[in-house]
Amino acid sequence: MSFTLYDYALSGNCYKIRLFANILNIDYERIAVEFYPGADHRSEKMLAISPAGTLPILTTDDIVLSETSAMLFWIARNYDAPDHWWPEQDLTAQANILQWMGFSSDLTATIGQGRLHALFQTPIDKDKMIKGGRAALRKIEAHLSEQSFDGCSFLTGNKPTIADIACFPYVALSPDVGANIGFDHDDYPAIRNWIYAMKSLDGFIPMPGIYAMHELKDHEIDYGSQKSAKAGASK
Amino acid sequence: MSALDHAKQYWYPVSMLDSIPAFPIVKTTRVLGMDISITRQADGKITVMQGDEQWQVQEIYDHLWTSPSEAPKPIFDIPEANESDRRFVPCGLVRVRCSPLRAVENFLDIAHFPFVHTDILGSEPHTEVEPYSVDIDADKDEVIATKVKFFQPQAAKSASDGIITDYVYRVPSPMNAILYKTCPTRDDVQDVIAIFVQPIDEETCDVWPWMALYDDDSTMADMIEFQQLIFLQDRSILENQVPTKLPLDPKMEIPTRADLTSIAYRRWLKRRGALYGALLNTSDNSVAAE
Repeated sequence: MSFTLYDYALSGNCYKIRLFANILNIDYERIAVEFYPGADHRSEKMLAISPAGTLPILTTDDIVLSETSAMLFWIARNYDAPDHWWPEQDLTAQANILQWMGFSSDLTATIGQGRLHALFQTPIDKDKMIKGGRAALRKIEAHLSEQSFDGCSFLTGNKPTIADIACFPYVALSPDVGANIGFDHDDYPAIRNWIYAMKSLDGFIPMPGIYAMHELKDHEIDYGSQKSAKAGASK
Repeated sequence: MSALDHAKQYWYPVSMLDSIPAFPIVKTTRVLGMDISITRQADGKITVMQGDEQWQVQEIYDHLWTSPSEAPKPIFDIPEANESDRRFVPCGLVRVRCSPLRAVENFLDIAHFPFVHTDILGSEPHTEVEPYSVDIDADKDEVIATKVKFFQPQAAKSASDGIITDYVYRVPSPMNAILYKTCPTRDDVQDVIAIFVQPIDEETCDVWPWMALYDDDSTMADMIEFQQLIFLQDRSILENQVPTKLPLDPKMEIPTRADLTSIAYRRWLKRRGALYGALLNTSDNSVAAE
């Protein structure tokens, strides 16, 4: 049984579901909703589908989900995803995953809201957003550093889980919020490595602000041999 | 004439007509570094105030336009806006931390399509920009680029396969640009896409994309999303261009043949003294136009 996704291409939360579905190679029906400027997600028609008035919405004949964490969990279980996405037998791992999925709401409330303001001038408490966003980035940077000391590339282990999918978009999109507010990735080497790890997953897809890695992968520059080629040409 | 005084002669978009709230809610925004307030009066008439001063307004191309000048230059014409069988699609604003002129210049560039709009407006290895023509239309004093051709995997929401797309570009005033491109579903007409740029200040702008399309199948949400997706891809590039203002000194950035439109645009700006958001010299931006 497949599902319908009420979607908005520019939303980081919607992107979580598109990304995970693509990684698992799941076909689904996508319906674009005009989040901006029309605010159609709050139209009577959409509120009748999901009273939460948010995007994305995942529906089947049986369920209507408006929380992305619930959607990721449902997709992982329903489509029999490889065990690492939701480790069925590992209670500790599950608890850690839920911990980070809760944290992903902080990212939406800070960086996600800040990005909407930066793009569309939606009203916002800017100071609070910047303070909260910085704290969130520092927290995830510190954690990912510790993970790397243990030889782990992802939030809860050496394989990605739905917690990584939940936290990835708004961390990756943070530079979109603005310059000189501590949201650039330059200061966060562990976050940068994690972003590369996420972009290297089979089935990764981009969205505006989160680009594929081809600039690093396809054009491997061998500075050493370039130098020697130049020297050869000057002879 | 100062760069600001020159810029004050034009009309600027400040809102979609649809999103001006009902009386007595006041909407505020900024134009050329000046705060303005927009009010739909009880009788339905829309007014724009800058402090105690009332600015002229006009409602055209689905947007509210205003000007600080008492006698602004007439707004440019888009004849296709009168063709009632087209679908008119205002896409809302996107805030970009770049000069309004940088936003226009980016809109005129095709060479970036395969790299920025990968698999939509361009794709590798089809990266070559074939020779095209650029002129200044003497009657209208507009920059016009014609005979532009490019291979596009998905030229519009309505395109199902890759097509060679023909483009014509018009720059009718310093902060507005219009393109005409192959309509994927009809041979006899062209789709029209414009960007109307609201200069917040010299280094920040709100871009209002607007389309007039022949597309009977796509939903409004699909068409708007397509345009927003494209423009958000551009935004990442625009916000990382250095310097933020548009350099008009030909020594500052080295153009290639594919940049003909951009070269013509920069020269045209310089000649008419449209220097708001421009960098004339690396060291000194106060020099008057030639």
